[in-house]
Amino acid sequence: MAGYIDGLVQDVRSGKTTARALVEQALEKAKETESYHALLSLTAERALERADAIDQTIAGGKAPGRLAGVPFVVKDNFLAFGAPTTAASKMLEHYDAPLQATAVEKLEAEGAICIGKANLDAFAHGGSTENSAYGVTMNAHDTTKVAGGSSGGSAVVTALDVVPFALGTDTGGSIRQPASFNGVYGMKPTYGMISRYGVVAMASGTDVIGCFAKDAADIALVTDVMAGQDWRDMTTLPDFFAPQDTVPEKLRIGVVKDMMTDDVDASVRQATEAYVGRLEAAGHVVDYVDMPIVKHTLAMYYIIVPAEVSSNLARYDGVRYGLRAEGVKTLAELYGKSRSEGFVTENKRRIMIGSFVLSSGYYDAYYNQAQKARTLLIEAYNKLFESHDVLISPTAPTTAFGIGENTDDPIKMYLSDVMTVPASLAGLPALNVPAGEDTSGLPIGVQLTGPQKSDALLIALAQSMEEK
Amino acid sequence: MTHQISSDDVAQLATLSAISVSDAETEALRDDIANILGYIEQLSELDTTGVEPTYQVTGLQNVFRDDEIMDQTVSSETILAGAPESDEHQFKVPKVL
Repeated sequence: MAGYIDGLVQDVRSGKTTARALVEQALEKAKETESYHALLSLTAERALERADAIDQTIAGGKAPGRLAGVPFVVKDNFLAFGAPTTAASKMLEHYDAPLQATAVEKLEAEGAICIGKANLDAFAHGGSTENSAYGVTMNAHDTTKVAGGSSGGSAVVTALDVVPFALGTDTGGSIRQPASFNGVYGMKPTYGMISRYGVVAMASGTDVIGCFAKDAADIALVTDVMAGQDWRDMTTLPDFFAPQDTVPEKLRIGVVKDMMTDDVDASVRQATEAYVGRLEAAGHVVDYVDMPIVKHTLAMYYIIVPAEVSSNLARYDGVRYGLRAEGVKTLAELYGKSRSEGFVTENKRRIMIGSFVLSSGYYDAYYNQAQKARTLLIEAYNKLFESHDVLISPTAPTTAFGIGENTDDPIKMYLSDVMTVPASLAGLPALNVPAGEDTSGLPIGVQLTGPQKSDALLIALAQSMEEK
Repeated sequence: MTHQISSDDVAQLATLSAISVSDAETEALRDDIANILGYIEQLSELDTTGVEPTYQVTGLQNVFRDDEIMDQTVSSETILAGAPESDEHQFKVPKVL
């Protein structure tokens, strides 16, 4: 089933429109929606050059690629040409990427055109895009609410129709939660499915990249272009992703009870139940399942991920690239001051928590205990997937919260990841599907989760429900 | 639940993390870190006796490639161009000794 992007590409190829017209339109829309502060930079010059090259390819009768002329936006932690890659930090304010991320290269090889770079929580640390060193991004549906995060800007430009798709990264929910908050699809693929080469690393054990789009078919198309093994990211798996047009008639779907507790907004639970009702009406077999380990996963996550963050962010030392503090006399001072000036408070918190849980004396009690608990989480999933094809839950416990509402309390902020971190720790694919809105008109999303490599099934299931 | 942590502990973590922090920042970080540690300590309730830790989720082990020079590399000039300070084809840092 063809999606919106397929239609655009057909129009470009048939001459009904041009790549240049699509890029100009996207740039225009980006300017009109500037007040949301979803984008940190535009790559207009390069985008227009690329558009003209694609239009010439078509005029010359050559095949322009599966995404010919389609404009897109990257989260500003993807190395991409045309503007600095800042990771929304002062550390990388003037950092011009020497190469492009594999995902960006693959999309460009199919004719897609990057028109700009989206805001995020600095170094992708956060769940609201309020930790950006360059200001807050506003929710596409209510400018007093957060965009979600950390890929907030990417979700907002997709929701505002600036571009038909945008790229994000998801370490513990950073694609799914902002997708939920802005009412768009957001896919976190199986760990290792898409190369992360050329993407600013946060926690290598759970980092994945994925896309935002307005319909499931578009998610399938963009994911298909990006998927596959890459010798430059040795954690990538041989390509297994193949979009599927149909879903089995009677899927066994489990609703995770432990993600439907009283801590979850009533409107979110109701929307999830309504979606579940539609799945049943479509002939699928639904039951409620227990997963008590869920209540411990956020604690696991906030041990394992800061540990990896403290290690991955050690590279920002003011020596090889990035910010270097002025007026320092010794090398130790250079490290300390450059890192102090280049990181936001949340970066510092996470690095220091990571240093704590990895210190001798605490390593077994925190870090190793968390990795053992992770085994129990994976076993719980495996057990459920013996009798179920797909699990469903809300994507986030609430709709978008107010700007400034959670900034004083890191724990409260972390709690918005409570539904999304379990799939991250187990390396599972999970998809946010828009599923209605609350009484104030804020979007609600449900999360479909499946076993590793069931990415195509999740997307096809979501697509089959669009048609119903 | 809050974890006992002193300003000295925070200073030690800052040193381990190679981040300079001011006194005011230390106070704020101490409270935040205490709260976060208080939260993550709940994991000690979980019985993990005899459970093996998981460090890698897809089961990949060593991944080898042929020992050949790949074409997609970045020149040292390009890399040095991104450095805050370089000299004679090397990164420059303040005197160490």
